[in-house]
Amino acid sequence: MSWIDVGALDDIPLRGARKVKTKLGCVAIFRTDEETVFATTNTCPHKGGPLAEGIVHDRKVTCPLHNWVFDLETGEALGADEGRIETFAAKVEAGRILIDAALLGQKAA
Amino acid sequence: MQNLVIIGAGMAAGRLVEHVTEAGGWNVTLFNAEPRGTYDRIMLSPVLAGDKTYDEIVTHTPAFYEERGVACRFGERVTAIDRAAKTVAGRDGTPLPYDKLVIATGSNPFIIPLPGHDLDGVIAYRDLEDTERMMALAPGQKAVVIGGGLLGLEAAAGMHARGVDVTVVHLMGHLMERQLDEAAGYLLRKELVGRGINVMVSTNSQEILGEGGHVRALKLENGTELPCDLLVMAVGIRPATALAAEAGLATGRGIHVDDQMITSDADVLAIGECVEHDGEIFGLVAPLYEQAKVAAATLAGAEAAFVNRETATKLKVTGCDLFSAGDFAEAEGREDIVFRDPGRGIYKRLVLEDNRLIGAVMYGDTADGGWFHGLIKDRTDISEMRETLIFGPAFQGGDVLDPMAAVAALPADAEICGCNGVCKGRIVEAIEGGADTLEGVRAETKASGSCGTCTGLVEQLLAATLGDAFEMPAAQPICGCTDLTHEDVRRLIKSKELKSQAAVWQELGWTTPNGCHVCRPAVNYYLLADWPVEYQDDPQSRFVNERKHANIQKDGTFSVVPRMWGGITTAGELRAIADAADKYNVPTVKVTGGQRIDLLGVRGEDLPAIWADLGKAGLVSGHAYAKGLRTVKTCVGTDHCRFGTQDSTGLGVKLEKALWGSWTPHKVKMAVSGCPRNCAEATCKDVGIVCVDSGYEIGVGGAAGMDLKEIQPLAKVATEDEAMTHVIAFVQLYRENAKYLDRPYKWIAKVGMDWVRARIADEGERQRLVDAFALSQSIYQKDPWAERADDRTARAFAPLADLTLEAAE
Repeated sequence: MSWIDVGALDDIPLRGARKVKTKLGCVAIFRTDEETVFATTNTCPHKGGPLAEGIVHDRKVTCPLHNWVFDLETGEALGADEGRIETFAAKVEAGRILIDAALLGQKAA
Repeated sequence: MQNLVIIGAGMAAGRLVEHVTEAGGWNVTLFNAEPRGTYDRIMLSPVLAGDKTYDEIVTHTPAFYEERGVACRFGERVTAIDRAAKTVAGRDGTPLPYDKLVIATGSNPFIIPLPGHDLDGVIAYRDLEDTERMMALAPGQKAVVIGGGLLGLEAAAGMHARGVDVTVVHLMGHLMERQLDEAAGYLLRKELVGRGINVMVSTNSQEILGEGGHVRALKLENGTELPCDLLVMAVGIRPATALAAEAGLATGRGIHVDDQMITSDADVLAIGECVEHDGEIFGLVAPLYEQAKVAAATLAGAEAAFVNRETATKLKVTGCDLFSAGDFAEAEGREDIVFRDPGRGIYKRLVLEDNRLIGAVMYGDTADGGWFHGLIKDRTDISEMRETLIFGPAFQGGDVLDPMAAVAALPADAEICGCNGVCKGRIVEAIEGGADTLEGVRAETKASGSCGTCTGLVEQLLAATLGDAFEMPAAQPICGCTDLTHEDVRRLIKSKELKSQAAVWQELGWTTPNGCHVCRPAVNYYLLADWPVEYQDDPQSRFVNERKHANIQKDGTFSVVPRMWGGITTAGELRAIADAADKYNVPTVKVTGGQRIDLLGVRGEDLPAIWADLGKAGLVSGHAYAKGLRTVKTCVGTDHCRFGTQDSTGLGVKLEKALWGSWTPHKVKMAVSGCPRNCAEATCKDVGIVCVDSGYEIGVGGAAGMDLKEIQPLAKVATEDEAMTHVIAFVQLYRENAKYLDRPYKWIAKVGMDWVRARIADEGERQRLVDAFALSQSIYQKDPWAERADDRTARAFAPLADLTLEAAE
């Protein structure tokens, strides 16, 4: 797998998130811990809420529109709600955030 | 005999000298830039603290070197390596030939290049000289330590033990963030602060100030100056690779070595903190000793390979019992087991992956640390003992207990409430004596009256003792993270003086690492309302609207509502609003029910720019998104109306100027009507004032949303000043007592209007409330739009990266 550098870890506050625009749509990058990030699609499958604006807790995010909660590891909706968000590979190296280069969307380009 | 030259006499080199001289066959020459042989650098902290002397930590004495025939060149720095000629040059430049060379130059402390870092009195914490500088401080002198990691804290604790007044300044949000998670970092900080060490986290240093060439103070980014006689920088180490790099050896972060500790030159080995092996660099002693062993074997022509194993950390500060091993960062596929015992200040967290323990953090009780470390190192399958793993080795092999049966089976002298030392027998006795409710047991025995975590146990005892006569109370816990209610948490934040989120999670026994979307905004509000000075607002614990200072719409765009004080605006403001609507293609402009203008459909990225434009016309945030003061609606009062009895517009503007920017449990809407005809619709607001000839009738607890409620009278006052103090006092009473997301009418229904009225009528209490509100406003009354209009904060509103552009290139 090849990786793309999308920014500094410090650009995302602890338990915060930012979005990245890609050819495959907006991707949300979540910082759940000092050194841990997750990447998922930014769009809630329920009503399209922007997940990067949600509250990040443990390894989960709550959609800001209607409080659907997603597990950032599996992408599954938790609790009574049924749905799934796409997850992407992401990691931190030397203070930089790297995501799966496939998100550059060469196929779509 | 072949010549072996070793550069550096740190702990790794010391161990290597032992191995090679035991094996024999080498003429060993040992260089050391420090004017001494090997000593146990790790024990410098006990020397600093006065628990040991330097002589006690010397591991290799002159007699040792003499006995082993080692040629010592201490106090001499190697200046060059000539790999072609296979020589090294010392101080006098004379080449010394080697057959094999071992580089063990260790690491250099990292010095932040702050202005003033070269002043006298600015030191690192690395060697005996640094330690002696710290030991030379007299009791009562001041020291600042930059860096709240292992070394920084040991330096701080050591100097504090000598009576020095110490402040630790740490950039990150919690201490020792590389070894500890937030909860353990909180407990450690609590312990150090309790001893009298000043600890500042999330704090940036800006400049070191000097006087006559000597350090005088550290200036922080927020302008605060911390006076000091000595400044210790303990912010990390960098492998010392300069010598190796000049000699043309492959280096990265450290000197590259393979599994045999051989560098890119087959005759040159490297060990210790100066090396990089498989992408890792090293700072703890265990892997360094292992490297020395492998290097010795390689030199002897034997087979050996270095494998980097998990290492455990313990802080060498007397009385701070903490342990950390392995990897405890969150990652995919990992699970946590968390155990907290607030009464005893204990926190344990185990991190599992694929049925194996991969990390452990413990504070307060580290007795099982070795056992957990063994499980990590051996990659033991723990699936059989997962349920009881966290209780340690003593609990393995038994049956898993049902918690209800467990309570029933407890002996009478089993302690239920650790805070108040109440045992089961005493509680049962109280219940049999007539205390048939939780409150009754609390009043009688104090059990569950402090931290509240044993509330569930007390209720189970009530149920077990009274049978069907006891009905489990219907009190709703905040969320699944805790059994405590909002009211419990508010009470405990005040009574136990909890001033951070980490403190709440730990002391009140939260079952999740950092709450959820339900409890975090509530806890964040309670903390900032009760401790405005000590607590720092956490934007990540707020709903998107309060974080973005705009209301999110169903399509992900935002609405922008500038403040119009009392509903009064000007032609200039309206022009600025119209210009902004044009410039940012605002699709909808609407007049709101609260006498404001709403710009709907603004893109998130445009928010800082539109705020900056509106700000130039003097417009500030209308907080239309906040759990705070929204609007004070007014009629034109005596200014224009023939029926007006008082200056209702003026009072509305004054109230809004006094109250804007404060956070409240839920939104607060107000109105001031100039006469009982009530054109401002004051009688269905959270606070409504109706002016009459003789003064002001103040009512509270109205609503015109999901419920329709008329205000209830709070007070009738004669002057505008009194009206102001009564309203401010009421808002502060609401801020201090209400449950998060209860509008005033709901809160009043719980505490009773009589109670509210009595508190506000009491002149002393009223003044206290007004003063407390003023203190909070001194911190929170800031225009959030202006604060976010500068480039740095504005960037946070834009995407982190735009890969669609890069792909097109």
